[in-house]
Amino acid sequence: MEQEERLSRVFAALADPTRRDVVRRLATADATLTDLASAYDVSVQAVAKHLKVLEDAGLVRRTRQAQRRPATLNADVLDLMTAWIERRRREVEERYQRLDAVLDRMAQDEEPSLRRQEGAAS
Amino acid sequence: MTTHTHRSTTARREAEVIAPPGQPLIEIVREFDAPVDRVFRAHVDPELVVQWLGPRRLRMRLEQWDMRRGGAYRYVHVDEDGTEYGFWGAVHDVQPGRSITQTFGFDPEPDTPTLDKAEFTDLGDGRTRLRVVSVTHDVATRDAMLSSGMEGGMQESYQRLDELLAGPMEAS
Repeated sequence: MEQEERLSRVFAALADPTRRDVVRRLATADATLTDLASAYDVSVQAVAKHLKVLEDAGLVRRTRQAQRRPATLNADVLDLMTAWIERRRREVEERYQRLDAVLDRMAQDEEPSLRRQEGAAS
Repeated sequence: MTTHTHRSTTARREAEVIAPPGQPLIEIVREFDAPVDRVFRAHVDPELVVQWLGPRRLRMRLEQWDMRRGGAYRYVHVDEDGTEYGFWGAVHDVQPGRSITQTFGFDPEPDTPTLDKAEFTDLGDGRTRLRVVSVTHDVATRDAMLSSGMEGGMQESYQRLDELLAGPMEAS
């Protein structure tokens, strides 16, 4: 259950457009609070709050380099999102492979009757 | 059956799932070696649907299946220990051989259905492309849906989640 809560925090953190943008920026390069605040039309405090949410969700780490404390993207968590999509894709692919089999059976069932009807409209 | 084919003539046989960051939708694209009418029929004929829609390890019970404009459907996946996962929705529109527009809801989350549109495209040579776009109310719902494994088999999903979370994330 604790794991589920962690994942919920990741998704909740990413539900906000500003935080998603912060993640996008950090994907390119680490940035300090000041760097980030200058990029948005909101207060430093607001950005600090967003960073805190991302940090709590485990998406961002803040290293302790004296006063600078640049934020770093925790790539493992984003890999988790990719993993979810891939898992979903496999589920879907499995389902459609079952549909492939159904379509093959339909083709076998249809062929004799098609011959009998000589291409009559369905 | 070949699972790895790199020739361009059979490009993209496997399903593609697109979940754009920050957008409340999931798009699925898959091609079939079957004519469009047959692929469409496999989506609306209840006797055919039960053969593929449910996960292999779960039993599927179709309780309602009225695939026409203003119709509705309901089915239940039952797992080994008898746990039931119910899915249902309203059918908004059906255009034979072209599209199905419906809602898709999961019993435990009745107020966050998705709006699904399935489009069938004739690719010629007896091939069909299926594209299904599911739209959720908001991004958070989409993400929650993606993570929960809506197909059923929740236990398995959560076990995998546990494995994933127990992995590299701990090492910081």
